[in-house]
Amino acid sequence: MKVLTLNFLTCAVKSCKSSSDSFPLHPKDAELASDDVEVNPELLVNLLPRLDWKALKTTSTELGFPQLPDSPPTIDELQSDDKLLKDLHSLLMETNLMEGKLVCGVCGHEYAVREGIPNFLLPSHLV
Amino acid sequence: MEYLIRFSQSHETFRLPEIQALAVLEGIEMEVVSYSLDSPFCIVRLPSTSPSDLEASANLARKLIRRSILAMSIHELWGHGPSFASVHSAVKSSTPHLWPQYLTCSFKFTLDSYQGSRTSDQKVAMINSFSYLGFMGPIKMRHPDQEFTLHEDWPFNSTPLGIPEPKHLYFTRHLGSGMRDLPKKLDLKKRRYISTTSMDAELALITANIALAGPGKLFYDPFCGTGSFPIAVAEFGAVALGSDIDGRSIRGDEKKKTLKGNFEQYGLLGRLGGTFTADLTNSPIRRLPLGAPGDGQRGRVFDGIVCDPPYGVREGLMVLGVRDPEKTPWVERKGREMYKQADFIPPRKPYGFLAMLDDILQFAAQTLVDNGRVAFWMPTANDEEQEMPVPSHPYLETLSVSTQVFNKWSRRLICYRRIPDKDVDPAAVQAREERKLVGKTADELNPFRKAYFEGFQTPPATGTSTPTPVAQTPPPN
Repeated sequence: MKVLTLNFLTCAVKSCKSSSDSFPLHPKDAELASDDVEVNPELLVNLLPRLDWKALKTTSTELGFPQLPDSPPTIDELQSDDKLLKDLHSLLMETNLMEGKLVCGVCGHEYAVREGIPNFLLPSHLV
Repeated sequence: MEYLIRFSQSHETFRLPEIQALAVLEGIEMEVVSYSLDSPFCIVRLPSTSPSDLEASANLARKLIRRSILAMSIHELWGHGPSFASVHSAVKSSTPHLWPQYLTCSFKFTLDSYQGSRTSDQKVAMINSFSYLGFMGPIKMRHPDQEFTLHEDWPFNSTPLGIPEPKHLYFTRHLGSGMRDLPKKLDLKKRRYISTTSMDAELALITANIALAGPGKLFYDPFCGTGSFPIAVAEFGAVALGSDIDGRSIRGDEKKKTLKGNFEQYGLLGRLGGTFTADLTNSPIRRLPLGAPGDGQRGRVFDGIVCDPPYGVREGLMVLGVRDPEKTPWVERKGREMYKQADFIPPRKPYGFLAMLDDILQFAAQTLVDNGRVAFWMPTANDEEQEMPVPSHPYLETLSVSTQVFNKWSRRLICYRRIPDKDVDPAAVQAREERKLVGKTADELNPFRKAYFEGFQTPPATGTSTPTPVAQTPPPN
C-alpha cells in the first residue's frame, strides 16, 4: 500500500470517527519497500488540495523521512520546484508499507498489515 | 460539420452514455443529431471554429473517439440519404469545395454494409459511380492517405427476405478509430488471476469510460475482488484503490495469482494505489458528514468510484456483525477474547441489498469531489412488475442507466454525478433522513435474491398459467 493511501485511512471504529486523534493511523514495526514509479505531476497537482498535510507530515516523520514543511506548497510552487515534486512523488507514490501495524491514536486498535494489505475488519463488539 | 460514428451493434444501451462521457472527458461539446438503438450509425455535430478549419474539427472527432470501446470509427459525413441517388446528390451539392484537397493523395474506397451484402460486381459499380469526385492519386488498399466509405444500413434479415435496397446510406471520409481491441488485452481468459464474479474486460472498460477515468485521477472500488475495475481505470491512466470484505480475493494464492499480480501482468503496477480488507459499512476511508462546513472539497478525495457489488445470489451479501446477538451471545464474547490474534476472522451477518446500494450512494456523496462520478452495477428482474427502482440520493444526479439483458434478469450500470453542495436540494435531503430500511433474513433483505430463487414468477393473482420452460442462464454474482 502506497503512503498516499495512508493519507485517506482512519480508524474504522465508528466512535473514533469524531475524534481528530484517530487520524492519521500510526505505523508500528513498519517494513517499507520502494517501487520505481514514473513521476506523474498531473496526479500530484490534482491530489495536493485533497491531502491532509498535517497528517502527511506526521506519517512522513514516523516512517523516518526528512521533515516536511509545516504548510503545504501551493500548486504553483509544486509545479515549479522539481526537487519538491520528486520528493513528494517518492514519498507518496514510490514508498509502500509492506508489513507492520497501523495503530489508532484514540482506541489503540491495531490493524495488521500483511504483504502490503491492511486488514480493517472489526470484531462484532466494535461494529 | 457533421460526423458519423460507426458503433458496434452490441451493448446498445451503453453506447451513447459512453460517447457522451468521452465528450465530457475531452471537453468537447457534442450534439447528437440522430441515433437509434437499432442502428450502428450515429450522426453527431461537433463545434467548428471556422468553416475553413475543418482539420481542427476532424481532430476533435479523433479525440472524441480514441478511447471508445463501443465505437469502431468516426468519419467526416459527406452526404447521406434514404437512397443511393439521394447520397450522390447530397455529396454533389454540399462537398465540391472539399474534393480538390484529395486530388493527388493515395486513397481507397470501402463498402460497409450493415445486415446486408453486395456482390463484388455491384461493389465495383457502386464505387465507380463516385468517379465524378475526380481523384487522380494512386489507389492503395493498405495504409492509404485517405479512406472513403459508403455505409449501408439494411433492415434486419434483408438477404433471406430478399429486400432489394438498404434503409439508409452514408458517404464518409475516415478520420479515426476507437479502442475495440483493448478488451482483448485485458481478456479474462488470459488474466493470471480471476474468480467466479470477475467483470468481463469490455464492460469493465466501458464502466471506466462512463465514470471518466483518466490520467491524474484517483479511483476507488469498494468491492474490488480480483481487481477487474481497478485494472480498467488504471489502463486509462487513473490511480486505483481497492478494498474487499474478503481479503482472500485480494491476496489470491499469495504468489503470482493475486490482484497485484494482475496489475503486474499488464504493466500497471505504478497505478495501484493500494488495497485493503474492509467493509463498506465500516469503511476506514476518512470522510466528513454531508453538509459539514468548509470549502466543500477538503475531505473528499475520489474522482470516481466504480464497483460491481455482490448481488447476494452467488456471492453472499455480508457486512460485519452478528446475525442474532441475543440468540448467540457467545459469538461476540469469543470475539472480545480473541480479536487480537492474527488468525481471528470477524463474524459477518447478512445485509440488505437495498441498504447496501444506499450505503454506496451515501459513501459516494461523502467522498467524491464535485462532478466526480460513481458508476455501479445492480441486477433487476426483466418483468416490469418486479423491476427494482433506480436508487437515488439528493447529492447525486443520475446521468445514465444502461442495461445488459440476460434471460430472466438483467443487470444495469447506473452512473451518477456528485452535485456541488450549493446545488443540492434541501427538501430532498430532508426526505432522505425520514426513511429507514429494516429486515433480517437474506430474502427479506434482498428482493432480487428472492425473485431469482423463485424463478421470477409473477404473483399468481391474475389466474393460473403454467410456467414455460426456459433455457439456462448464467448465474449472477
